[in-house]
Amino acid sequence: MYAFQYHRPGNIGEATALLGKLGEGKALAGGQTLIAAMKLRLAQPSDLVDLGGIAELSGIRADGDVLVIGALTRHADVAASADVGKRIPALAQLAGGIGDRQVRAVGTLGGSIANNDPAADYPAGVLGLGATVVTSQRSLAADEFFTGLYETALKPGELIKSVSFPVPKRAGYAKFANPASRFALIGVFVSQAANGTVRVAVTGAGNGVFRSAELEKALTANFTAAAAAAVRISADSCNGDIHASPEYRAHLVSVMAGRAVAAALA
Amino acid sequence: MGENIPNGIGASPRRKEDQRFLTGAGNYTDDINLQGQTYAYFLRSPHASAAIKKIDTKAAAAAPGVVGIFTGADLAEAKVGGLPCGWLITDVNGQPMKEPPHPPLAQGKVNHVGDQVAVVIAETYFQAKDAAELIEVDYEVLDAVADVATATQPGKPAVHDIAPDNVCYVWGHGDKAAVDKAFTGAAHVTTLEFRNNRLIPNAIEPRAAIAQYSRSEDSYTLHVANQNPHVERLLMTAFVLGLPEHKVRVIAPDVGGGFGSKIFLYAEETVITWAAKRVNRPIKWTCERSESFMSDAHGRDHATKAELALDKDGKFLAMRVHTKANLGAYLSTFGSSVPTILYATLLAGQYATPAIYAEVTGVFTNTVPVDAYRGAGRPEATFVVERLVSKAALEMGIDQAEIRRRNFIKTFPYATPVGLTYDTGNYEATLAAAIKIADVAGFPARRDEAKKRGKLRGIGYSCYIEACGLAPSNVAGALGARAGLFESGEVRVHPTGSVTVFTGSHSHGQGHETTFAQVVAERLGIPFENVDVVHGDTGRIPFGMGTYGSRSLAVGGTAIMKAIDKVVAKGKKIAAHLLEASDSDIVFENGNFKVAGTDKQVAFGQVAFAAYVPHNYPLDKLEPGLNETAFYDPTNFTYPAGSHICEVEVDPETGVTKVVNYVASDDFGNIINPMIVEGQVHGGLAQGIGQALLEQAVYDYETGQLLSGSYSDYTMPRADDVPSFKVDTQVTPCTHNPLGVKGCGEAGAIGSPPAVISAIIDALKDLGVREMAMPATPYRVWQTIQSARA
Amino acid sequence: MNMKLSFKVNGKAVEAEVDPRTLLVQFLRDHLHLTGTHVGCDTGQCGACTIHLNGRAVKSCNMLALQAQGAEVTTIEGLAAPSGDMHPMQAAFKECHGLQCGFCTPGMVMSATALLKENPHPSEEQIRAGLDGNFCRCTGYHNIVKAVQTCAGGR
Ligand SMILES: Cc1cc2nc3c(=O)[nH]c(=O)nc-3n(C[C@H](O)[C@H](O)[C@H](O)COP(=O)(O)OP(=O)(O)OC[C@H]3O[C@@H](n4cnc5c(N)ncnc54)[C@H](O)[C@@H]3O)c2cc1C
Ligand code: FES
Ligand code: FES
Repeated sequence: MYAFQYHRPGNIGEATALLGKLGEGKALAGGQTLIAAMKLRLAQPSDLVDLGGIAELSGIRADGDVLVIGALTRHADVAASADVGKRIPALAQLAGGIGDRQVRAVGTLGGSIANNDPAADYPAGVLGLGATVVTSQRSLAADEFFTGLYETALKPGELIKSVSFPVPKRAGYAKFANPASRFALIGVFVSQAANGTVRVAVTGAGNGVFRSAELEKALTANFTAAAAAAVRISADSCNGDIHASPEYRAHLVSVMAGRAVAAALA
Repeated sequence: MGENIPNGIGASPRRKEDQRFLTGAGNYTDDINLQGQTYAYFLRSPHASAAIKKIDTKAAAAAPGVVGIFTGADLAEAKVGGLPCGWLITDVNGQPMKEPPHPPLAQGKVNHVGDQVAVVIAETYFQAKDAAELIEVDYEVLDAVADVATATQPGKPAVHDIAPDNVCYVWGHGDKAAVDKAFTGAAHVTTLEFRNNRLIPNAIEPRAAIAQYSRSEDSYTLHVANQNPHVERLLMTAFVLGLPEHKVRVIAPDVGGGFGSKIFLYAEETVITWAAKRVNRPIKWTCERSESFMSDAHGRDHATKAELALDKDGKFLAMRVHTKANLGAYLSTFGSSVPTILYATLLAGQYATPAIYAEVTGVFTNTVPVDAYRGAGRPEATFVVERLVSKAALEMGIDQAEIRRRNFIKTFPYATPVGLTYDTGNYEATLAAAIKIADVAGFPARRDEAKKRGKLRGIGYSCYIEACGLAPSNVAGALGARAGLFESGEVRVHPTGSVTVFTGSHSHGQGHETTFAQVVAERLGIPFENVDVVHGDTGRIPFGMGTYGSRSLAVGGTAIMKAIDKVVAKGKKIAAHLLEASDSDIVFENGNFKVAGTDKQVAFGQVAFAAYVPHNYPLDKLEPGLNETAFYDPTNFTYPAGSHICEVEVDPETGVTKVVNYVASDDFGNIINPMIVEGQVHGGLAQGIGQALLEQAVYDYETGQLLSGSYSDYTMPRADDVPSFKVDTQVTPCTHNPLGVKGCGEAGAIGSPPAVISAIIDALKDLGVREMAMPATPYRVWQTIQSARA
Repeated sequence: MNMKLSFKVNGKAVEAEVDPRTLLVQFLRDHLHLTGTHVGCDTGQCGACTIHLNGRAVKSCNMLALQAQGAEVTTIEGLAAPSGDMHPMQAAFKECHGLQCGFCTPGMVMSATALLKENPHPSEEQIRAGLDGNFCRCTGYHNIVKAVQTCAGGR
């Protein structure tokens, strides 16, 4: 790890002010991604602004038909939350399937979506539920938030405060874990809103989470596991590496979509 | 075997070593810190093959905290030699293998990603690492070769000038003419072409070392995570550094797993030992895991074509095997012997195949050196034999158990056509036990039930044999070993009757401190608690060859037995004096020296006391003291064998394979501590299942870059990747060592891969699948199903 | 610039000045000489460094010492009772031979205790899934699972 300056502000205002004036500064949430990258000397921030002391960033709150989860809320807390379990069980299950016990005790929602790893789980939940990302500056729809490989619409110094998840009629998440890293080789999040709108978000397949128009169309017509599994995904939209070919990934999208729908209907 | 005392032979006392490991009091190399210690960081090659045109260390040397920087040029100037290979292989033409130089720090050229280029020594580890980034190396990148199957083809770049076709040796074993003849008349020939996947050992403790030089004594002390400190010292002093052996003490303290990878003499500990005198400060080096991936010797990596000739009844007539074995960029300590001596000699398996011929081409590539990894050659051999047998049975419509029974060796001793003589065994017994425990009879019902859930079940067999208890030195020497393979043991009886045992073998998880204490306690009739076992220190132990090849108990344990015999013999003389009887009338039973046929006796402790307080003692005839040392060189290998049955369930939709039932029935001869033996089997099974389903070191064949260089890409078996195991033992005692033991450390890793793979093929056979490459990842299984369907 | 760190380790208050880039595991091992917490990887995956931070199992190699500001940390050295009696999980590991080389063991025990805290009566499947943040290369996990079951069963 290279040397850096460390800061621990007590509130969001201080944090954004610090980030505003420090050139190469970065926010530190759980550190499960950032510290790991710094250890391998893959990241070299001049300053770290530790959000750990900012109480207002944590917590889960049900607000009518919206569930608001603070950016600093740990994966383990989302997984164990009765509120999440009751309103969006698929989200609790997703959080409970991220990494391992130790990672879940530390990693945060905000850190996960700010990082936008192409194989991360949360981006699928946020996009698949059509959630809204509330930052220190504005509110961003999920569709605008994730912009590419490790890229988001966040501007330098902009902090995620929370994410508002609309409570769907039903939702399901199916993850096929990469055998080595246990990130998503393919993850498919499916939701059906009270008004019938279907959203399907796919992670792990390409250079970042995306919605599948084919799956959404098929499931809008017929919200069944069979309808999802019958959709053929083009391998052109998928990556290949030592763990899976584009064809295998494309095939898994269909399979996992079917399983996600089955879970939603269960 | 008697159980004369609590916690003696055959009991399962809980381990002596556990208290310290469970409370955080273990003493691993990285836990040790020496006064004035500095830290080393090795700059490694990012290229698979490159000429080093220039190394500029000026800026690095001026960086804060730097104590010293050394490169290959410094070592050359100091006349430091190359790392040696411990086994000379002679090729089919009677020529010695090609032995390219292996400088501890690169000289002029780097040959694999991770090759050491320079070492930086600094006050802190951060400083060493920061400074290393300031070293400027001017590389001319060269073409690389990484694929063992194609590296010998014309036009491929040569790793070393002395081997322009990348061939280290072509080695043959067996009667080629007899084999070729048997094939011409065979009713059936089964052929198999496959890759034995390359593995990375991944002991959870990364390698580490601390070297210290004493100016007052002009001597060195090296703490190192190593499986055989005496061998490490011998190789390092005699072959590389040119130091007097008695001036170097090597200590291998608690070691966090080895699996072969900590047998070898590596560059890093050699360089810091040399540098410790130069900088006149202790130097600590601890490998980061990312470095381990590209510097610990890898395992396996064969490309093999094998054929089995059978008569119309499924009797084996002959076997022919051609293997290309990847040796990596350099010859590691035992790299040359693993795919030859430890491989081809095992190709008879448990079967009375009359003729066998194997030809092995050792191949250099721009990859990390390949050497022994749990099983070392024997898993590769077992995979050849057991996959051939399973495939032949499928092709000929013979039941899997039946084809094995028809070909089992049934009378012992049995001389195989590949040079070994099995002393004993009962292969039918382990197979029958495995079939019963696995409930093979209930399999069809389980398969049908799974099918209703959309899952495909299969069952696979593996009847393996291994040669352990390495090794008769004269046999090994005739085969090219450059070292002896005996073991030493010292039994030091203290005046109050407690005992310290010094063994030349080394425990890095095997539990010697417990098992050896059981043996000694039983033989001397003293409480288990009164025996301590010391290992891993050239300063305290007479000599030793260390632990690998499941040799500790069979060879190291026997040396201790011999020392005990000497203790008892001397004790009898002392007792005779005390009891005023003649030496020949004294018997030793349950910890007491008795005059035969009388009730006159003295306890072991009294005799010990008399030996050290010789007031009433035959000083005219006998030296005082009770401390005996013995060396033991085995007369044969030992031959653990067993039957494994694996049941899998495959999800054809995703390709996911789940091992739902795993049975191992093994014959390890007599067993000292059943709990520890079972644990050894469990661990081996997880590694074998890991090889079959999960693990693979992947190189980019064009660039020689290691693509699976971290746990994000190299799949380590986790708790939810493996099942609980059903293990059983059958016993035919080894005939040529006094404990009747054979060894159990590697069996799990040797027996399991073909059982798992055959089970998957069985599950998918109705889809037309006949072959399955390792590792059978979901992706690969899915692909294989797709191509079978196409 | 060094920063002030104060937190509790195994019940004792600790105050120190640390280089911000010091990882928690480095602080425990190098400054407090609590070498029972091990380092098996550099990517936060093996779990050998697992400790309890405010009662939860975390990987001490993947966080800064400064992130433990004000927290309560328990390491393997702090698990046994002050009398020296082993924690029931440690005793179960010994009884069931849930360790061989012992290198993964401290982290494994810390994870296992956290697992039982969350789910006192897990199934075998839940135990296996619940230990997915810890590698063991020696035991094949069989006896580790048995140890956790034994501890959960209070036997
Ligand atoms: C072994 C291991 C396994 C894992 N497995 C999975 C898995 O299966 N699935 C998965 O999805 N993830 C996985 N992860 C990643 C994990 O979920 C991380 O917790 C997550 O990606 C990052 O969260 P964090 O709180 O640790 O963020 P940090 O590492 O602290 O930060 C990550 C990035 O986000 C930025 N950031 C953090 N918080 C904010 C904020 N509030 N506003 C703006 N920017 C912010 C940081 O500046 C940084 O650039 C794994 C990680 C590890 C170590
Ligand atoms: S050391 Fe491997 S996870 Fe911490
Ligand atoms: S006991 Fe050795 S790694 Fe687990």
